[in-house]
Amino acid sequence: MALKTWRELPTGCVVFEPGSASEYHTGSWRSQRPVWNNQKCIKCGICYVYCPEGCVQQGEDGFFQADMDYCKGCGICAHECWPRAITMIEEG
Amino acid sequence: MAKRIGMEVAVAVAEAVGLCDIDMAAVYPITPQSHIAEHLSDLVADGKINAEFVTVESEHSAMSAVIGASGAGARSYTATSSQGLMYMHELLPIASAMRLPITMAIANRAVSGPLNILNDHSDIMPQRDSGWISIFVENAQEAIDMSIIAFKIAEHKDVMLPVNINIDGFQLTHMVEPFEMPTQEEVNKFLPPFVPHATLHPAKPVTMGAFAMSDYFAEIMKAKNEALKNSKKVILEVWDEWEKMFGRGYKPVETYMAEDAEVLMLTMGSMGETAQMAIDELRAKGVKAGLIKLRLWRPFPFEEIKATIKNAKKLIVTDRAVSFGGPGGPVFSEIKSALYAETQRPAVYDYIYGLGGRDVPVSDFIGMFERVLADTDNKVVDTYEFWGVRE
Repeated sequence: MALKTWRELPTGCVVFEPGSASEYHTGSWRSQRPVWNNQKCIKCGICYVYCPEGCVQQGEDGFFQADMDYCKGCGICAHECWPRAITMIEEG
Repeated sequence: MAKRIGMEVAVAVAEAVGLCDIDMAAVYPITPQSHIAEHLSDLVADGKINAEFVTVESEHSAMSAVIGASGAGARSYTATSSQGLMYMHELLPIASAMRLPITMAIANRAVSGPLNILNDHSDIMPQRDSGWISIFVENAQEAIDMSIIAFKIAEHKDVMLPVNINIDGFQLTHMVEPFEMPTQEEVNKFLPPFVPHATLHPAKPVTMGAFAMSDYFAEIMKAKNEALKNSKKVILEVWDEWEKMFGRGYKPVETYMAEDAEVLMLTMGSMGETAQMAIDELRAKGVKAGLIKLRLWRPFPFEEIKATIKNAKKLIVTDRAVSFGGPGGPVFSEIKSALYAETQRPAVYDYIYGLGGRDVPVSDFIGMFERVLADTDNKVVDTYEFWGVRE
């Protein structure tokens, strides 16, 4: 998406399109990614609850994973996961 | 011609705002603005105007409330002074960035410390770079006229910016002065209904005040700066319209005996009237003195200032605030930068005066002229002095 010039900005930068924040892929900020060890995961959902980005999702098998388009790699899920099922891995 | 009446200026300002079909006001009382807050809340409580008066718990809340209300499409008003304005500070650039046409009266008062409730301009000067249109008034009539005009300027589709009207605390707010109050019919004719550029409404969701990172921040700042600079055109048009309707014209830079003046003085706000008396006395003595009154502080009227002062030999800038550790008063800095590239320009002097409500009689202005006229070899040019300070 081409960036707008200053002349093309709407007055007061009002955003007229609801939900357009989803086009902003904060995953590009990430330097570490959470990796779930489903051997340890007890499907408690703490990672889902604590994720500030709301990008942790539960799969049909009941296990969790993060949407890498939005995961900023903050590590809160790994910090809060009390069975220690989540490890933060450096992005290559 | 409308009947001339006498009234306290702060009360008259509230009366004038009451003619403007406001939808809401959020005003936290603070000396010397309190009478605006009190009288406006009376007008609402007595059912004289159909508006919501939000009793907020602070000025931070007052500005937050008018930002929200203006975003919802309400014609919104507030007023404050000194510490209240400082408390609003972090919200002022948000109101202008969101292009919300809020109008606000500022009963100018010295900022603490030490605590002082009296008049100077140290409250508005730190707000200079907030992106608001900033107007100074000199007397009751101007305070009333600008209180009405401000809505039309702010809400113009090519402006959509907040406006503050600077009314010297006590020196002006608490004076009983004669003036002509426009009628409701006249104001209705002058001021069209507010048409917002966007509104907060559940049926048509929008986001206002969204987050922006480094990829957009500079473009947004540039757009805001251009909007403020371009507002001058509309300000001039609206002042012309007002003159056609009411016979009272306003300019960004007002002059008195300035055309042939060799020594000019520049004032802002209510001091202009006292300085005018000094000019009369000096002219009577044969001194070619003149006065310029800066009405529009932002957007700064560079062209008008340059055209007005280019033929003078000396220019005395007066400042009612201190830029601590800086090159002089804030007005002085601005005037000097306006003149920097000019080949023909006067020698510029700066007197910082009238701080914390200190009385400034006509003789003080005459003293400033005499001091500058005595500086025949331009020894103290480009310097500033605290006028009348005990050494």
